[in-house]
Amino acid sequence: MVSAVSLRAVDISFNVTGKAPFRAVANADLDVAKGEFVAIVGPTGSGKSTLLNAAAGLLKPSAGVVEIHGKPLSGLNREAGYLFQADALMPWKTSRDNVAIALEIAGTPRREALARADEWLVRVGLRGFGDRYPHMLSGGQRKRVAMAQVLIRDPAILLMDEPFGPLDAQTRLIMGDLLLDLWQQDRKAVMFVTHDLEEAISLSDRVVILSTGPDARIMGDFPIGLERPRDVSEIKLTPEFQSLHRDIWHILKEQVLKAYGHSTGMKA
Amino acid sequence: MSRMLLLTLQVLVAVVAVAFWWVLTQTTLFGDPSRTQFFFSTPMDVLKQIVAWFSSGQIWYHLWITLIEAALAFVIGTVAALILGFWLARRPKVAAVFDPYIKAANALPRVVLAPIFTLWFGLGIWSKVALGFTLVFFIVFFNVYQGVKEVNRTVLQNARMLGMSERQLLRHVYLPSALSWVFSSLHISIGFAVVGAVVGEYLGASAGLGYLIAQAEGMFDIAGVFAGMFVLSAFVLIIDWLVTVVERRLLVWRPDNDQQH
Repeated sequence: MVSAVSLRAVDISFNVTGKAPFRAVANADLDVAKGEFVAIVGPTGSGKSTLLNAAAGLLKPSAGVVEIHGKPLSGLNREAGYLFQADALMPWKTSRDNVAIALEIAGTPRREALARADEWLVRVGLRGFGDRYPHMLSGGQRKRVAMAQVLIRDPAILLMDEPFGPLDAQTRLIMGDLLLDLWQQDRKAVMFVTHDLEEAISLSDRVVILSTGPDARIMGDFPIGLERPRDVSEIKLTPEFQSLHRDIWHILKEQVLKAYGHSTGMKA
Repeated sequence: MSRMLLLTLQVLVAVVAVAFWWVLTQTTLFGDPSRTQFFFSTPMDVLKQIVAWFSSGQIWYHLWITLIEAALAFVIGTVAALILGFWLARRPKVAAVFDPYIKAANALPRVVLAPIFTLWFGLGIWSKVALGFTLVFFIVFFNVYQGVKEVNRTVLQNARMLGMSERQLLRHVYLPSALSWVFSSLHISIGFAVVGAVVGEYLGASAGLGYLIAQAEGMFDIAGVFAGMFVLSAFVLIIDWLVTVVERRLLVWRPDNDQQH
């Protein structure tokens, strides 16, 4: 079967003025199957986001190939929805308009787009919040709007860059449950970047570990066989979860310590 | 501070200032009143002059002329600055070429342009509009330029990933971002439009508030000069208040704007 996302021997370098190019990711091979939820974990500066941006088409690899459903990617990845870590909503649009615009730019008539935006706001638990501007919402609510904005287009692939990073611990759990709930309905291919191993295990089908950058490599690839549907906060208490956590942490810890040893790497 | 207290204190400042003015020009405390009156007039004379202007209705014509000049300077200046600001911000190479010339033009004191504009556009309203234009244009231009340059990177990337074309980005991302900067400079740019109009009138015109003040000055009519200044101040205060009302409506989405209510 053709993978949804496939990275082949991908190198990503950044030009640094006056110095040799900085190679963030080296020789990365990664496949995300259709319907598969893959979490990418690594210490700060391991190039997790860089890898994600290559799959999104926001960055062009300096070597290697990125393929989306078997076709080489050129320009932006039109089949992917991208959920950013920082606030990405247009602050001058209400949450309703922020969600509807995702359809409008593809030519959906405004009335229909607004009606579907309202449906999506309900699905992410924001009934009655349509007229609020982003600054009137909490961080968690803004993330919900952002999820509706990305998902309303029904992308085949979902790319997420530490989407719940800025949220508090309780909100992260709730957002994790919401994400799994929505994902369960149509099982998109997901690349989920995080530095939080617990979050990675509890959400995904596979956890991929990146080594400390520069020249970050893929260090490990662990299938997560935990039963679905899952409850993100409950699943952490199961012995299966804990044994997986122990095994993966064993590999990850070494990289994290190394990252602290020479923390000259750039931000992931 | 409560609204009531604030208003009381604001009125108190005016009362104290006028009282001091009265003492200065009506008593011998600071010297001979007939001398001080020559330099400062008196509160009563100034008030009489203002009442005379409004009761005869002649002031309305001058106010109207100044308003038209300021409005034209503001609208033309803003539209030109929007177009040029956008264009240059999206074309860094062109911007780099023109950069020193724009800075040089902005450094020029506008008053020296007034005689040239009078020569070019005559004594009518257009020489004043031109002067106001040169003031408004640069304020708005730099704000638009900044607004387009400093569009939030994540918002922009997100809009791209949602599939926006360049035109859609312009309309939904760049323009709102630039306009928010323009609005935040609205008080300054409208104020400068009025300054341009009045200074232009002062230097050579046949109507307008600046003309009234210049006329009074030419005849050593200090009461007329002061009356003109007060009417001008009130005029600017009213415009400023209108701008605030418009701003509140247009920038509801802004966090800092919300807290002012």
